[in-house]
Amino acid sequence: MMRVRVYYPVFAAAFLVVLLHLGLAATDKTYYMTQITMSAYYALVVIGLCLLMGYAGQISLGHAGFFAIGGYTIAVLTTYNLAGYRENSVVGLLRSLGFLTQWQDLYGRDVLSFSPWLSFVAAVLLTILIALAIGLPVIRLKGHYLAMATLGFGLIIYRIVLGARLFGQADGVSNVPAFQFLGNLQVNGRAPFRVQNYYIAWVAVLVAMVLALNLIHSRVGRALRSIHQSEEAAHSLGIDTYRYKLATFVLSAVFAAVGGALLTHYNGSIGPSEATVMKSVRYVAIVAVGGMANLWGAMVMGILLNFLSLRGVFGSYDDAVFGAILIGVMIFAPQGLLQVPRFAALASLLPRRSHD
Amino acid sequence: MDFALIVQYALSGITVGSVYAIVAIGFNIIYCTTGIINFAQGEFLVVGAMTAISLTQVVPLPVAILGAVLITTVLGGLVELVFIRQVRNASVLRLVVITIGLSILIREAVLHIWDEKPWSLPYFTGTAVSTVSILGAHISLQVLWVLGVSAVIVTALTLFLRYTTTGQAMRACADDRMAARLCGVNDRWMVTLSFMLSAGIGALAGCVISPITQTQYDMGAPLAIKGFTVAILGGLGNSMAAVAAGLFLGLLEAFVVSVLPACYKEVVAIVVLLSILVLRPSGLFARRETSALRTA
Repeated sequence: MMRVRVYYPVFAAAFLVVLLHLGLAATDKTYYMTQITMSAYYALVVIGLCLLMGYAGQISLGHAGFFAIGGYTIAVLTTYNLAGYRENSVVGLLRSLGFLTQWQDLYGRDVLSFSPWLSFVAAVLLTILIALAIGLPVIRLKGHYLAMATLGFGLIIYRIVLGARLFGQADGVSNVPAFQFLGNLQVNGRAPFRVQNYYIAWVAVLVAMVLALNLIHSRVGRALRSIHQSEEAAHSLGIDTYRYKLATFVLSAVFAAVGGALLTHYNGSIGPSEATVMKSVRYVAIVAVGGMANLWGAMVMGILLNFLSLRGVFGSYDDAVFGAILIGVMIFAPQGLLQVPRFAALASLLPRRSHD
Repeated sequence: MDFALIVQYALSGITVGSVYAIVAIGFNIIYCTTGIINFAQGEFLVVGAMTAISLTQVVPLPVAILGAVLITTVLGGLVELVFIRQVRNASVLRLVVITIGLSILIREAVLHIWDEKPWSLPYFTGTAVSTVSILGAHISLQVLWVLGVSAVIVTALTLFLRYTTTGQAMRACADDRMAARLCGVNDRWMVTLSFMLSAGIGALAGCVISPITQTQYDMGAPLAIKGFTVAILGGLGNSMAAVAAGLFLGLLEAFVVSVLPACYKEVVAIVVLLSILVLRPSGLFARRETSALRTA
């Protein structure tokens, strides 16, 4: 019974999504759906980061790096043209296995590249590997040491995509094909696919929410919350704190990479601006304003703030707004703004403690 | 690589290295009294240099630099009074996140006031092309200024902390805040003072380096990351070791640039940072027991 209740907000959210569509259609503002779709993919990063920050109590200033790893892996694999190596036996083998797709780019050139499905799996696997490699040593660190280490990781990714020719340097990678994943359904940014993609993105967000809710209402979730409350106490009760923290770190990295991969298909391109430290700080600010240990708050704020930012509401003060949000929330409302009573009761069980 | 070239690289390494050391000392001053890592440390350098550049339009260079240092010092004090002091019983992480927000706000303010383009102060003595020869290498006079000012900052700070009553009170706070308060030290004021001090030092460093590197609104974050690397390398709170670590990182970067593309220069510092955090979080010069306190 308890388990079904947890999903009530998911049904409510699905209903609101349809309602929003009808509202936008009625007021002839369907063009907003493009930005809502993009915001939804950014919200995936925020949901993952919320698990890490709110529930496991670990900060990351490098999640834009994971977003970029997902996005750039997709972009490079699906646009790297193997047409010149058609005669090569390895390429022939890959082709007969169905790993390659043939398509035409904007200029009508034949492109033979890795299929989006394969690229997607590769992006997720690569993210898991990198998150493990970074997380294994770094997740042992506490407080500002962890903050600086993840910031350093983010900067390295930024420098690499900005410096390497493979990643298009300052131009990024463009011409990324659509991701036709099931029948006629495809992640595609062109106008005829707008409504379809609005729902695809929302399904992705709600699936992520269900996964995250399941996680926090399970044995793992309880272990994570005990780690947040008192790592020493959790440890003494036999909880392998290191493993749980690491697993959450990797999981949140995968959420970020999936967001990056899907948004790259949707936009048809990705550039180094997605990997900046400012983006990572922005995700942290959104989780903070959503209420730290509040998945619904994080999701709503993730979509709302990214939507406003993409619509250009903040003008040239875009970054400053997120800086101000971060400071304001941390000074005046460290528990977040969206404190639904039910969550407030939950939050009172989790007093914040210092992480030094 | 011939000898003169090695000297050339070494000198440029020492120059940037000494600036990293100053940034690291700024981190240390605040860390000692509060336990906070001030992510906005790099922004103090940018604000200091930019203010001095604007002031040179109306007053002579030395006065402009003095004015810029004073203004930035006041800014540092304000940051503490307005943002840090308001938060009672906060976790260190919360305060650190506030300083991250501050660094963004200051950077955006600088961007709106001074634009995106790089500015620079005039050379303190001579021009951009006047050099002296040392061991066959040609170095700019400004390099000597950077080294000299850095040495003066480190010496003056050491003397201040060791021999003045205020300095001793600050050290007492760093050691044990409660005990210092019981001895009648106004610990809140010491925290404000530490922010002012590190802002002022940062501003001065920003001014001397400006003719060589130019100053741009987004310089703060990379400087902060390198300063932090140096601070960790030397062991947080250990300012003398920070100087050694700063020179080490500066030299390492200078020689790496001779083999790798310049765009990866930043990666060197970060790789050093990550490896030191993982291997010896208490710094190269500390004993092992203390490192156990910082990791799980």
